[in-house]
Parts: sequence; C-alpha cells; structure tokens
Amino acid sequence: MGGGSVAVKAKKKTKAETKPKTSGATPATAPASSYPISADLEVRIRKRFPNPEGTFNLNVHFRALAGFTILFGASGAGKTTLLDCIAGLTDPDEGRIFVGGEDLYDSEKKCNVAAWKRRIGYVHQDLGLFPHLTVEENVVYGLRALSAAERAARSRDILARFRIERMRDRRPAQISGGERQRVALARALVTEPRALLLDEPLAALDRPTKSSLVNDLRKWNQHYRVPILLVTHNGEEVFALGDEVIMLDTGRIVAQGQPHEVMRVPRLETVAQLSGFENIFDATVVGLHEDRGTMTCRLGTSQPKKDALELETPLVRAEVGSRLRVGVRAGDLLLATEKPRGLSARNILPGTIKNLQQRDVIVAAMVDCNGIEFEVHLTLAARDSLKLGDGKSVWLVAKTHSCHLLGV
Amino acid sequence: MNWEAFWLTVRLAAIVSALLVTIGIPIAYWLTYSRWRWKFLVEAAVALPIVLPPTVLGFYMLIALGSRSPLGRWWESFTGHPLAFTFEGLVVGSLLYSLPFAVQPFAASFGAVDRQLLRAAASLGDSPLQAFRRVVLPLSKAGLVTGVALSFAHTLGEFGVVLMVGGNIPGVTRTISIDIYDQVQTANYSSANQTALLLLMISFIVLSIVYGLNRRPWAVGPWR
Repeated sequence: MGGGSVAVKAKKKTKAETKPKTSGATPATAPASSYPISADLEVRIRKRFPNPEGTFNLNVHFRALAGFTILFGASGAGKTTLLDCIAGLTDPDEGRIFVGGEDLYDSEKKCNVAAWKRRIGYVHQDLGLFPHLTVEENVVYGLRALSAAERAARSRDILARFRIERMRDRRPAQISGGERQRVALARALVTEPRALLLDEPLAALDRPTKSSLVNDLRKWNQHYRVPILLVTHNGEEVFALGDEVIMLDTGRIVAQGQPHEVMRVPRLETVAQLSGFENIFDATVVGLHEDRGTMTCRLGTSQPKKDALELETPLVRAEVGSRLRVGVRAGDLLLATEKPRGLSARNILPGTIKNLQQRDVIVAAMVDCNGIEFEVHLTLAARDSLKLGDGKSVWLVAKTHSCHLLGV
Repeated sequence: MNWEAFWLTVRLAAIVSALLVTIGIPIAYWLTYSRWRWKFLVEAAVALPIVLPPTVLGFYMLIALGSRSPLGRWWESFTGHPLAFTFEGLVVGSLLYSLPFAVQPFAASFGAVDRQLLRAAASLGDSPLQAFRRVVLPLSKAGLVTGVALSFAHTLGEFGVVLMVGGNIPGVTRTISIDIYDQVQTANYSSANQTALLLLMISFIVLSIVYGLNRRPWAVGPWR
C-alpha cells in the first residue's frame, strides 16, 4: 500500500464482531433474511481514473464495524467512487472488499461479485426512486424473491417504521423531498442488506426532518447492526451520527477515529469560513484537557502576560505551545451585567463596553476584555433592559463550542 | 376499391410491426448499452433504409432472398418454395425496410431513462435484464408505441421494396400502394383516388396517435 494506507483499526469490539463467521460460505443469492446478522466491512482498494484535473488516485484501506461510519471530505475527495466500488457499480483496479465473511471483490483471487448479488443497500444522492411505481411498489422492489405474504408484511412494517404509510399509493413526484428520502431509505433497508451505503442522504433536508430521519436510522440499526457508511461534507452530521469518522482527501484517508479526534483538526481558514466570524483572534494552546474534550487557549500574539485572556475551546489535535486562531460569531456571545453563576458556559470574562452601535434591529457592542476587543450582537430589547451604554462594566459569556478553531 | 390488396397490406403491416417489437427491442437494447467502440457502424447500418432508395434495398433483398443465395437456398430446402415473390419474402423485406422506424424510437426512449435508476435497481438485486424489464421498458412505453406505430405506417405505404421483392401477384404480394399504381396505369382514376384517400387517412390517424402520445412526458403519466 502506498502513502494513503491507514492501519486497520478495530478498537471497538461489538457484539456482532464476536459472532462466528461463515468463512465465505454465505451464498450471494441466499434469501435476504437468512444471513448471519451483521459483520464488519473491510475495504482495501486502489483505483485510478481520469478527471478534469488529471488523474485521480483512490487508495484507501479501512474497516467499518456495525454502526455508523462517516466518510467525510470535500467534494472530489473520492467518497462516491469509493461507495460505488463497494456496491459493485464500478470496479477498482486492485484490492479487496470483504463483508460479512465473504469476498465481494478480490483482485488476487479474480473474484468480483456482481452488484446485484452483493446485497449491499445503497441510497444514492439523487435517491433513484422509480417514477413509474408507487411508494409501496418502490419499497418492495427489492423483495421479488419473497412470497407475496412476506412481502406485504415487510412492507407494512417498514412503511410504518418510516412513517410513510399514508402515501403508499402515491408516486415519488407527488410527495415531498423529506418523504422521498424516507422512501429511498426504507426501500434499501427493507431488503435487510448486510451493509448500507448512504451518499449524502440528508443533504437536502431541513433540520427537524433530518434529525427525525437520523433517529429512524439509529433505531433500525439497533436491531440489525450492520456497517453503515454515510457520506457527508457537513461537519454537523458527523457529530450527530458518527461512531467513527474516516476523513478522505483527494482519494486518501487522512484521518480515522472518533468524531472529536478527527474533526477538531484545525483546518486552514478560507474566505468562506472567515465570513461567518466577526471575532478572530490569534491564540496559543496552553493546556490540553483530553478527558473533558477541551483545551485552553491564550489569546493574543504578544508576549505572555500574567493576566492574559484565556478561552476554553473544543479539543483539537494540537500540542501545547502551538499557534492557531479562534473564531467566535458575534451572535454566539452573551453579555451580563452581573457575574453569572450556575452557568454551563465555561468562558466568563470581565470587560467594558467601548461602543454601542445600532445596525437596523441589531445592536453591535464592542467589548474590551483586558485589551482584547470582542464584537457582540444583541437585540434592541436586551440593550434597553440591561441599560447598556458606553463605559459600562459587563461580563462576556462564550460557550466552549462557540469557539471555533482555525488553522494558521 | 381493391379490398383484397387492402387487407393484405394491413396483415403485412401488422405482422411486420409485431416482429419488429421482438427484433427491435434487443437491437435497441444493445445499441443503448453496448460500449463497443465500433457500435456507430451498426447504428449507421440500421439507419440505412431511411436514406437508401427503396429500389436499391429491394434489389439487394431480391439477391439475398433468391435461390442462389444461402438464405434463399436454406428457405427453399426448408419450405419447398422460394422466398422471393411470396408473402413471406415480403415480410422479410419489409422488416429490414422498417427496422430503423422501430429501433430508433426504442433506443431513444431506452437512452432517456435515468441511469441512476438502473444503479438503484442493481443495488436492489436486479440483474441488468431484470432492471431492463422492470424499469426501462415501463418507462419507455411512449417510445415503444411510437416505434410500433411508425413501423406499421411505414410498412403500410411501402412501394419500391415490395415491388422488387414481391412483384405484383394479386392476393399474395399485391399491396395497396402497388394497387394504386396499377389503377393509375390503367387510367382508373376514381378507384385510385378512393384507395389513395383511405391510405392517406389511415396514415394520418396513425401519426396523430404517435404525436398525441408524445405530446407530454409519459414517464409519470397515466400508465402504470
């Protein structure tokens, strides 16, 4: 393996993993319900293909256990190609794909199970619902081999589980985006696949729909315990779903681990990232609290002073003494006229209002905290009820997770 | 009005368009999904009858069906009579003549089906042929109807190939268009007029059906 390989990681033993393996004896065409429940997915593949920027090299090695594994990376990182290889919709150049005790692909053994015999559920980004079939017909599409009674029972169960019974006789064009997403998920899950591939299935959804769908998926997986590979480029989804995260960059795995280990790696700030933060400070890491998942950063580039301002921030992969930047949105900061007590926020800093400015319906307060100026956004009502004015002493409150760390 | 020629023509067109469904679907399937680099040659060959003068096509068909060709000999040893100048010969000639009118609409509608649906079907356990039957064919109904209607109408009005391959044997190979030609030759204009008008009306009705069907997208239309 080249530079992109990552040591196989299998630190979390699950119940499923300790089950006896069938050592490749599971026939690919076995009825969907008779396979041993759950087993992990191991992928070690290389694939080269031309793309607009030249040749793209996908070179990955990882193992996904039962539960959610997030494939995280910018577009063009090779996430969808990787899923296509696992599903059998495109062939790698070499390597091995192994799931539930069976080889799906092995270039050495010249083994390549056809996509339709792999029993891997795959929900594509654009869902691929059959427009000529009703919701129910879509859902039972993959159950052709079952008896009519069994098909009806499974369909009833999954339609209820995903709360789409009402629209069973409608066509995909006649239901909402969130409902379509549910139908696509239900259609893949009802076949009881031995692994599930989800290519940004939540991307188009609003937040409440998203979280209820995530709950449905979680509940389903508590019962079936299969590896679920979920592609996203949304950092929030990583924390909401991920048991394990694999970070892909231009076809290679750059990090793998639990979300807080992988995701808090400071990344280079971009114009887009900067645009959201009214407050950006240079900072130095002065303490790591791995047990709490936080760290302490001292603000300012000047020589350390005794009373320098310190912020508690989320933990990133950094060492004491390393330099980075902290970004805080003005709308995420709170002001109090007395020192707050019994508050969960970890950063409570004394300061003085230098200046108050009304911008339409928002009041922007510039607060000086020991020589460092924060911009805080308040409502008009908050300004009036706290009787805020220039020179007033205040307490500035910032939650740990409102402090975003950016690379230098 | 020569009803014998009329019904012979309708029978010919019905048989040819039915056969073209069975022959045209596999050819269109191959043309749509094959990645063979020389595929365009086959596409060009299938389209040839559109541009060739019917007499050229008819001439080669006559040679190919005649007693000296392997096909003609095989047919003769099999049935005991030659293929040329028979109704069966007419069917074979018309099949080739109308082939592009079936294959092209078929292939166009197969190609219009979103490939993502085929990927989804594969992940749900469908072999490529099963996915074709369960997804592509139902979504290509408009194209299939168009292909059948066009090849029916096209066969109905053919003249050159029929004359070359079938000759002009009443009750066997005399089709409606040859009958019109005969009537004009014998200055029987009123009878020619009746027959021509009938052919014109049928052709117009068939084409109206085709264009009516393709008026709006049928992928999510009233058919199930």
